[in-house]
Amino acid sequence: MAAQNLVFAVLAVVAVLAALRVVTTRNVVHAALYLVAVLGSVGALYVLLAAEFLAAVQVLIYIGAIVVLFLFGIMLTRPTLGRESGLDNDQRWLAGITGLFLFGVLSYVLVEAFGDERLPRLEGLDREALTAERGTGAVGDAIFSTYLVPFEVVSVLLLAALVGAIVLARRE
Amino acid sequence: MILAVELAYWQLLVIKVLAVMVIVPTATAVIVQTFLFKMMAHMQSRLGPMEAGPHGALQLLADGAKFVQKELLAPERADRRVFFLAPVVVLLSTFLLFVVIPAGPNVVAEDLDIGIFFALAVSSISVLGILMAGWASANKYALMGGLRAAGQLIAYELPLVLAVVGVVIQSGELSLQGIVRAQAEGAIFGVGLIGQPFIFTQFIGFALFLVATQAELTQPPFDMPIAESELVAGYQVEYSGLQFLFFYLGEFGAAFAFSALAATMFLGGWYVPGLDVDGGLISNLVGPAVLFVKTMLVAFLIFWIRFTYPRLREDQLQTFAWKFLIPLALVNILATGVFKVLF
Repeated sequence: MAAQNLVFAVLAVVAVLAALRVVTTRNVVHAALYLVAVLGSVGALYVLLAAEFLAAVQVLIYIGAIVVLFLFGIMLTRPTLGRESGLDNDQRWLAGITGLFLFGVLSYVLVEAFGDERLPRLEGLDREALTAERGTGAVGDAIFSTYLVPFEVVSVLLLAALVGAIVLARRE
Repeated sequence: MILAVELAYWQLLVIKVLAVMVIVPTATAVIVQTFLFKMMAHMQSRLGPMEAGPHGALQLLADGAKFVQKELLAPERADRRVFFLAPVVVLLSTFLLFVVIPAGPNVVAEDLDIGIFFALAVSSISVLGILMAGWASANKYALMGGLRAAGQLIAYELPLVLAVVGVVIQSGELSLQGIVRAQAEGAIFGVGLIGQPFIFTQFIGFALFLVATQAELTQPPFDMPIAESELVAGYQVEYSGLQFLFFYLGEFGAAFAFSALAATMFLGGWYVPGLDVDGGLISNLVGPAVLFVKTMLVAFLIFWIRFTYPRLREDQLQTFAWKFLIPLALVNILATGVFKVLF
């Protein structure tokens, strides 16, 4: 387990430092690029948890699409190199409180749900059985059986957002 | 394992990484020499490079030596860190593509459970490198090229993924090894002589995949990001020497990787009738050669289109993706799903 712990430590440190740089850097493009480092480290953490599918989704959606759209927008509207001023606003205390609140809620939920559970030791695990139980196929089965209704609701929500975006963009 | 020696995990890892690092430049060299230097020249009724070596065969060595000698230049106002990181990001994406491509029952760097999905995910990283290059160059042509590339790659990512979905539905597998197996063990109308290469059922998917690949590689007729008559060389304009070579390796290495992916998903991969699909020394030795031949066939198609058609306009490009390719891909998925349930 030592190797996993070491890799976790490295990834966690990279993620936290990059996250700090996202909010402290004076350049919007750099902030977006540091965000890639954060999202990439989190994706690698998913691999460490044997959630390969989630890791690939993280790369495809967050890095390959969302951050690229961020960068696209930034470069289209303010393509200046170097430092920028006026990136701060008065909401940092509010943001801090929101962040702390979210941290508290998530910690509470995690402890409440999984507080007593321990991960099984690697030596005793059967890889095939684990893949069948928790692998990509199992995720697909769960989405289209147990979680079918939430899944459909989310797709309707996304469709509504798409239509809304087109309406907003098209308004002359 | 074919080898009788048991290797430790890290030893295997080092061997795999070295293998991929050798394969990417070799594949790029083969593609560039065969298609870009020779096939293009003959199609356009000219000779191409002929001086270095017999029939110009050593031209790439000369080019490589030339690139390595050149000074690493960055524009004075460029963002140097991002500028030098960008080609590495593009190359990294290409390297990762090769990890999941199987060339035999055991000849694969890592047969991931999510195989093809992993390949599509890592291929999307290259956009990031291109945007970084375009922005950090501090050059308006480079920035325009980067933005065009991003718009194009996002638009064509969708048909690429959707074209693959048909194959995934039909085989019931995400792992590339599983897709090869499904084709080897399939049968056409009950006749299992040649297995069932998915090109017979997923020909629309194959065509979509090739077109989307062409756009993902920013090759003509989809080369607006580097359109030399409008943008000099787009996001590559400020790069020289080794950094430029990285972009070059990234582009043509990815051309080889995407051809190999298409060959694996639609042409049966490393399998030909007579090979043992479950393993064995012969399959492991013959498989890579079979895959190479099929890959070169697909690459021939891609480069044939590249040398034949003129560049599209930016709005034609976007219209083509959103109004034609994506609806077609969705219909293909629907039809595949219906057939899957019926048969």
